[in-house]
Amino acid sequence: MEKALILTLAADRLDQLFHELQGRGYECVGPTLRDDAIVYDHIESSADLPRGWTDEQAPGHYRVKRRDDDAYFGYVVGPHSWKKYLFPPERRLWQLKRAGQKFDRTDTPAEPPRYAFIGVRACEIAALKIQDRVFTGGQFTEPKYAAAREQAFVVAVNCTQAASTCFCVSMKTGPEAQDGYDLSLTEVLTPEHSFVIRVGSDHGREVLAALQTAAATPAHEQAARAGIENASQQARKLETAGLKELLQRNFESEQWDDIAKRCLSCANCTMACPTCFCSSVEDTTDLTGEHAERWQRWDSCFNPDFSYIHGGEVRKTTASRYRQWMTHKLSTWFDQFGSSGCVGCGRCISWCPVGIDLTEEARKMRESEGTCHEGS
Amino acid sequence: MGKPRLAVWKFASCDGCQLSLLDCEDELLAVAGAVEIAYFAEASSNLQPGPYDVSLVEGSITTAHDAERIKEIRRQSGAVITIGACATAGGIQALRNFADVEEFTRAVYATPAFISTLDRSTPISDHIQVDFELRGCPINKYQLLEVINAFLNKRRPNIRAHSVCVECKQRGTVCVTVARGEPCLGPVTHAGCGALCPSYNRGCFGCYGPKELPNTESLAAWARAELGATDRDIKRLYHNFNTWTEPFRSEGNRNG
Ligand code: SF4
Ligand code: SF4
Ligand code: SF4
Ligand code: SF4
Repeated sequence: MEKALILTLAADRLDQLFHELQGRGYECVGPTLRDDAIVYDHIESSADLPRGWTDEQAPGHYRVKRRDDDAYFGYVVGPHSWKKYLFPPERRLWQLKRAGQKFDRTDTPAEPPRYAFIGVRACEIAALKIQDRVFTGGQFTEPKYAAAREQAFVVAVNCTQAASTCFCVSMKTGPEAQDGYDLSLTEVLTPEHSFVIRVGSDHGREVLAALQTAAATPAHEQAARAGIENASQQARKLETAGLKELLQRNFESEQWDDIAKRCLSCANCTMACPTCFCSSVEDTTDLTGEHAERWQRWDSCFNPDFSYIHGGEVRKTTASRYRQWMTHKLSTWFDQFGSSGCVGCGRCISWCPVGIDLTEEARKMRESEGTCHEGS
Repeated sequence: MGKPRLAVWKFASCDGCQLSLLDCEDELLAVAGAVEIAYFAEASSNLQPGPYDVSLVEGSITTAHDAERIKEIRRQSGAVITIGACATAGGIQALRNFADVEEFTRAVYATPAFISTLDRSTPISDHIQVDFELRGCPINKYQLLEVINAFLNKRRPNIRAHSVCVECKQRGTVCVTVARGEPCLGPVTHAGCGALCPSYNRGCFGCYGPKELPNTESLAAWARAELGATDRDIKRLYHNFNTWTEPFRSEGNRNG
């Protein structure tokens, strides 16, 4: 078999990648420093990357900090995820105008955006794959998602450090991207600051061919492996063996009431989660009754109205909403989509305003069963 | 059939919510096209008698006279929609509900004997049946248009009762509590402003009042333990524009 092609790109040539992608009609989006966090936004060049910055994360806590080197990707995931590009937080689905006895559709469907995602982490690739299954894997396809996803160019970045909130190792999603990318980069600072690059697709191969690369030396590969190994040292763990069954036999556990004492039912966890996909649609009319629009917005199992059906809400309490979220993520997702709904990115832990930690809650649920063990 | 008749009423308030209606500018023409603005003292001295199809009510009840006046408005109106923190919750002036009003009048007015006031500022819904409450201090003009629009088109207003956090996340604002350690009432506050304060890098003041299932106690406990807030800080957060709503009132009282 042909040995996988591994090249290096000197750090000061990173803009060649941007230029090549832009020349091919891609809008580059990726990490950038804004409002005390590393968010995903439009980026023009390597100058927009949070070079020399890192993040410190803990339950309910996130701070950006200076690094003592000039790494471009020396942090992990922040408050945003790529889902905002493929499944935007709000969008108009259609517009109608009254025309006599009927309505005319007045909007023209937009061309799908053509994004190059720069710096997609392994856990995020796993999240993209999950959303692919949700939006395109079943009987019905979400056409806008499918069109944008089809166009997207994925530049993965392998993590060389993990945050205290990361648990991709437990979820077997990271820290190294195995597939699902066009190009994958591992940033190394020795033997010199550069990127060790692997190709994941024909598109990736074409783009890479246009850059001034060199063959990776054993020293580069060794440095890349050491970085990924460093990111694999994760204190946070989620015991996944038997977790699906554990949650399903504990619908009535008092643990849910304990969580509800702390949980604000604020929905931050679901909004930040890269796999959560719920939305609602709203129809509006204007004052004259001549125009109507339908809007789609991110929604959440923590929101009132979300479980509203004729006669009232199904989930009226915070306990029932948290139970829905956690049981769906870690248990019933397997039945619905064939995998866990959690990729171990830790966003729901960091961005919960009262630091509720689902790995800890899962551990407590297990403990609450005492000595009664079930096979996994 | 004539156009629906709209009236706008003022009780104890700052006029800011009525101004939101005037502030609609372009859309105001559309409103004026769709309804007959029969009574709107802030905008016109042409005050038509009732009955009215829709009454928008700003302000809280603070005098015996107003407590009677609102009953008459109810009798004259098809739908009564209250607008703003004063009308829906008693407003910032409900801070006096915790103190001795006579003492205030003695301290503030040269001739306290001329002051005739109730000892509490209360929301309109304490006095009459209200058909819809639109929150905020001040209200959001787009929400106001949406409510008027929904009533005119006989549909349910698209006013979501979830947290401000949802709006923060939808617009991609970085959480000020998590990323800066600032206390923020967003997780217990009703949405509607579009997460205005956090988008300017400060915590939410809770001016839309409590959301559904507001866990004020947990949020206060986190602010105390992790953000270094004192009991007094927490009390001041909750005892503000919506101080007289039960969840904010009790949480403020629990702290200092
Ligand atoms: S969870 Fe793993 S892949 Fe995701 S950011 Fe953390 S270390 Fe990287
Ligand atoms: S549940 Fe939490 S850790 Fe898991 S994918 Fe969602 S945000 Fe990340
Ligand atoms: S777990 Fe945290 S982020 Fe999620 S709804 Fe509860 S308080 Fe909000
Ligand atoms: S800034 Fe405030 S409103 Fe926004 S997510 Fe954080 S806690 Fe919620």
